[in-house]
Amino acid sequence: MSELMIEIKEVSIRFKLEKEGVNSIKEYILFKMKRKVKYDELWALKNVSFQIKQGDSVGLLGFNGSGKSTLLKVIAGVLKPTKGEVKIYGTIAPLIELGAGFDFDLTGRENVFLNGSILGYSRKQMMKYYDDIVEFSELSEFMDIPVKNYSSGMLSRLAFSIATIGKPDILIIDEVLSVGDFRFQQKCEWRIQNMISDKTTVLFVSHSIEQVKTICKRAVWLEQGQVKMIGTSEKIGNLYEGS
Amino acid sequence: MLAYIENFIKYKSLLNELIIRDIKTRYRRSVMGVLWSLLNPLCQMIVLSIMFSNIFKSDIENFPLYILSGQVIFNFFSESTNNAMSAIIDNTSLIKKTYIPKYLFVLSRIMSSAVNLLASFAALIVVMLLTRTEFHIAVLLSFLPMLLIVLFTIGVGLILAAYVVKFRDIAHLYGILVTTILYLTPIIYPMSMISGIVKKIVWLNPLTNIVIMFRNLALNGILPGVFSILLACMECIVVIFVGLYVFYKKQDSFILNL
Repeated sequence: MSELMIEIKEVSIRFKLEKEGVNSIKEYILFKMKRKVKYDELWALKNVSFQIKQGDSVGLLGFNGSGKSTLLKVIAGVLKPTKGEVKIYGTIAPLIELGAGFDFDLTGRENVFLNGSILGYSRKQMMKYYDDIVEFSELSEFMDIPVKNYSSGMLSRLAFSIATIGKPDILIIDEVLSVGDFRFQQKCEWRIQNMISDKTTVLFVSHSIEQVKTICKRAVWLEQGQVKMIGTSEKIGNLYEGS
Repeated sequence: MLAYIENFIKYKSLLNELIIRDIKTRYRRSVMGVLWSLLNPLCQMIVLSIMFSNIFKSDIENFPLYILSGQVIFNFFSESTNNAMSAIIDNTSLIKKTYIPKYLFVLSRIMSSAVNLLASFAALIVVMLLTRTEFHIAVLLSFLPMLLIVLFTIGVGLILAAYVVKFRDIAHLYGILVTTILYLTPIIYPMSMISGIVKKIVWLNPLTNIVIMFRNLALNGILPGVFSILLACMECIVVIFVGLYVFYKKQDSFILNL
C-alpha cells in the first residue's frame, strides 16, 4: 500500500492587509493609542483539506489569486497556517521560485553548493551530485562565472538541475517549467516522470493545462482559496479549460 | 529540544555555506581579497598609533595598544550586530521561497564577523611584536573574552534582527545607540578618569567587563577575577535566552512583514 505523504487538514490562511503601512515605532504607538490599527482581512485559503499519497503526482489548477502559491508555501513550511494543520512525512525539495537561493555575486559552482545546502545536502553529498548537475544543466563552460551574468534560461536550467538531485520524498514545482527552451522543457518533464516512477511525490503548479495533464495523475482545482474539485488531471483539466 | 538540535545538525552545512558566502561576497572583486580582514585592522591600528603617540599624549603606558585592544572587542560588537540586524531583511527572497531555520542567517553573519575578530586579534599581536611589547603567557587566555563577546553578540543580534523586520526605524536608532555605547566603554579613556554616576553607568555596560578582561589578558598578563567571569557568563546566557525567545516568537511573522 502506498503511504500517506502530505496531509492537509482544514488549512486556512489569513493575511492582514494593513491599510496604512505601520512600519515604524512611532506609527505603531500612535495607532495603538488611538486603537486605530485596522486591517483588511483576506482569507487566502479557506478550509482546504486533502491528502497526497506516496508516488502520487498532483497538479494544482486555478486562476491568479486562487491560493495555489500560498498553498505550496504552507506545504513547504514557509508560511504557517492560521488555522488547521499540515503534516509532511518525508523530505521535501521546494522549487517554489527559480533562483530563490542564488547569490548573484557567486559563481555557478559556488551556487551549486550553496543551494544544495539550502536543500539540506552536505558538501560531501553535493560533490557526488556535482557532475550530474553540470551535465544536466548543460552549463559546463559557465560554471566559473558569476550567476548575475547568466541568462534567465541558464539560471532556470541550473536551478532545476539542483532542485531535482538526489531522491527527495516530495518535490514541489511552481511554474518553473515555463522557462527554458522546448528541448529543455521536455528534458525536465522526463526527469520528473522518472522521479515519479521512482516513488517521489510531486506537487505541480502550472498555468499550462497540457503540462498538468501529461505530468500529473490527479489535480486539485482551487477557486478563491477553496477546493472546488479534486479528481483525475484529465477530467479536472478539461473542466478547468472549459470554465 | 532534541528535535531542534537534530535540525541544527541537518543544516550545519548550510551554516558553513552561508558563512563562506558572507566572507566571499564581502571581498568579491578586490585584489587583496580576504587579506583585507587582516590589513584593515592593521592599518587602522597604525593610524591610531601615530595619532596617539604624537598628538594626544596620555599617561597610560602604551596608550596606542590600550586603544587598539579595546577596539578589537568593540569593533567586532558594532560590526557583527549591525550585520546581524539586516540578516533577515537581506535574505528576503530566500525566506519567502524556501524553508530554512531563520536564525541561521543571523548566526552566519556573526560567525563571518568572528573571522574578522580573529584577524584583528592577529593584527593586534603583530602591532605588539612591532612595538616590542612584553608578552605574557596569559595572552593565550584572551580567547575567553573573545568567545564571551561572540556569545553576547549572538543574543543581541537575534533581538535586533527580529525587531527590525517590523520596525525599520531600529536600524537608525541602533546607529545612535552604538555610538553611545562606544563612549560608555573604556576604550579611549581609563576607568580611573571617570567617577560618580558616569562610572556606575560604564560599569553597567556589559561590554566594559569584557573589554577590561580582554585587555588585561592580552596586554598586562592579569587574570580576570572569578566574579567578573561569572558576571560575563551570566550576561551572555541571559542575552542569548532573551534573543532566542524573542526570535522564536517573532519568526513566523517575518514573512508577513518582509
